[in-house]
Amino acid sequence: MSATTAGAAPAPRRSGSLARERRWALIGAYVALAVFVVFFMLPPFHMLITSLKGSAEIADQTGNPWMVRSPTLENYRDLLTAGNYLTFFWNSVMVTACVVVISMVVSTLAAFALARMRFWGSQTLATGVFLTYLVPETLLFIPLFQIVGSLGLINNVWAMVLIYPTLTVPFCTWIMIGYFASIPKELDEAALIDGASHLQMLWKIFIPVALPGILAAMIFAFTVSWAAFIYPMAYLVSTDQMVLTVGIVSDLIRADTFQWGKIMAGALMAALPPLLVYAFLMDYYIAGLTAGATKG
Amino acid sequence: MAQVTLRKVVKAYEGDVQAVKGIDLDIADHEFVVLVGPSGCGKSTTLRMIAGLEEITSGEIAIGGEVVNDVPPRDRDIAMVFQNYALYPHMSVFDNMAFGLKLRHFDKAEIKRRVDEAARILDIVPLLARKPKALSGGQRQRVAMGRAIVRNPKVFLFDEPLSNLDAKLRVQMRTEIKKVHQTVRTTTIYVTHDQVEAMTLADRVVVMNHGVIEQVGPPQELYHCPATRFVAGFIGSPGMNFIPARLENGAGALRLHLPGDIVLPVPADRTGRYGAHAGRPVLLGLRPEHLTESRNTDRPNVAPFPATPEVVEPMGMETLVHFRIDGAEICGRIDPAVPAEPGRPLPMAADLNHMHLIETESGRVL
Repeated sequence: MSATTAGAAPAPRRSGSLARERRWALIGAYVALAVFVVFFMLPPFHMLITSLKGSAEIADQTGNPWMVRSPTLENYRDLLTAGNYLTFFWNSVMVTACVVVISMVVSTLAAFALARMRFWGSQTLATGVFLTYLVPETLLFIPLFQIVGSLGLINNVWAMVLIYPTLTVPFCTWIMIGYFASIPKELDEAALIDGASHLQMLWKIFIPVALPGILAAMIFAFTVSWAAFIYPMAYLVSTDQMVLTVGIVSDLIRADTFQWGKIMAGALMAALPPLLVYAFLMDYYIAGLTAGATKG
Repeated sequence: MAQVTLRKVVKAYEGDVQAVKGIDLDIADHEFVVLVGPSGCGKSTTLRMIAGLEEITSGEIAIGGEVVNDVPPRDRDIAMVFQNYALYPHMSVFDNMAFGLKLRHFDKAEIKRRVDEAARILDIVPLLARKPKALSGGQRQRVAMGRAIVRNPKVFLFDEPLSNLDAKLRVQMRTEIKKVHQTVRTTTIYVTHDQVEAMTLADRVVVMNHGVIEQVGPPQELYHCPATRFVAGFIGSPGMNFIPARLENGAGALRLHLPGDIVLPVPADRTGRYGAHAGRPVLLGLRPEHLTESRNTDRPNVAPFPATPEVVEPMGMETLVHFRIDGAEICGRIDPAVPAEPGRPLPMAADLNHMHLIETESGRVL
């Protein structure tokens, strides 16, 4: 009996090895995420530190650049009370709001038509819409300069409302085609039988059901519009027409004088709206609203 | 409520593939008609053409005497229940059921009255505030039916509504659907591939195959008097047995010569019907319940024959035995009290009062 026991191979401890594997996987994940967070959070942290320093402290080469000796809100106060920062901010808000609205209206209608109303050439058209997104803005801004010029909109902030949708609409349409296509066909057939017109179907069924996709597209349009640099750099000249991205660098950098404290404060404040938008919309974005539509 | 008429209805797709090949069908007011057939037989396409979700290539569809070929689905006054329920996921059960009424501008009190009444019929009153994701499969199917009922349409269309439910719930919902129809009496067209559903629900069953109607009739008629081999084999579970045979005329009586030197006498009252086919190969069709253990063989037209079961399936109320006659797989139903074992010879008897003879080439039941 004892000989048998001694000769038998020990049973593999599967559950133990699984738990060990899981622990190592977790440790690996934490380490990778920590490196990722440090790497990407260092620049904003440096911006924050610099924005809280006075000009003299920034210029002082002796101290530790990651520490603030005498913190001050002077940079923020100056930006918000004097200069053109608020004008830039308001222009950015106005342009972005208009671009988001225009992009969403155009791309929702386009995506609905391309995804659901089968017509001759709809597939080719859908691919064509996406292909236009692949042309980089660095190539487009020169020919677009001609168009904007012929419309008399050079150095006019409203030109941005006209131009940005060329970047946002194709991609937003593409995102939404995917979302609309994932909605079961029976849902629109049920709506048709219930008596809905195509517009009612879009408004009462598709938009609420595809809300995560619409929010994803909205976040994209917002980000593109808020962060656009090349077009405003090329077409906007005077400070009253500028948006934040070009306003900060044009107004706060004079020849070789860099107002680092204000630049950092201005950039941090400019990053706030996207942060807020992401924070509030993320939950909706992630929520799977289609659960329960069909057999699940 | 209304009758539905289909006249030479054809549905062809690109490449000249015909899904439905010119069918004619008359469905009476209040009738419950089930379209049944295997996948790809054209039953769902037919239903979708009646709903207006598919355009018809040629022919005519009329609902309540009015031709609706070019009428959009919302103006056909029909309601449809889909296989995957198609509930609006962002709306509560109440709103799902009220949606069609709101679009038709019914006043709020009337909407509430109708939804409450439908909810009462379907026993879903406590669920009215819930969203579809908080419902079980059976509850979702009830809501889908409620959405149809509140509209009080001329015709109900059901597209395989029970296919996604488990077996037990399917039986329960089948009874519910029948009860609902007995209550509201709306003309109903129901599509399924399950012949048991078709038999249990229908006033009349329409058996379709390859885009044509094989036979239309009440369930019992289809079961006992199938018109074609396809219908004979499709209706009934387990299916009808088909045994290749030769019909011979000898000494004024017809006999069936089966493989394995089995000779069965054809009932005298069928001689006139089958006489012209003497000398030709035919298929003998016999349902499993007419192939039993050898008992009552003194009854007229019950012929004994030897068999050796290969598989024995006790079902409780009966036992199914599977054996072969010269390669043809045969299923019989025997009394569960009869001892049957695979490999042990079991004398069987064929009740030829219920036999069918099928023309080999055309598949027509003689």
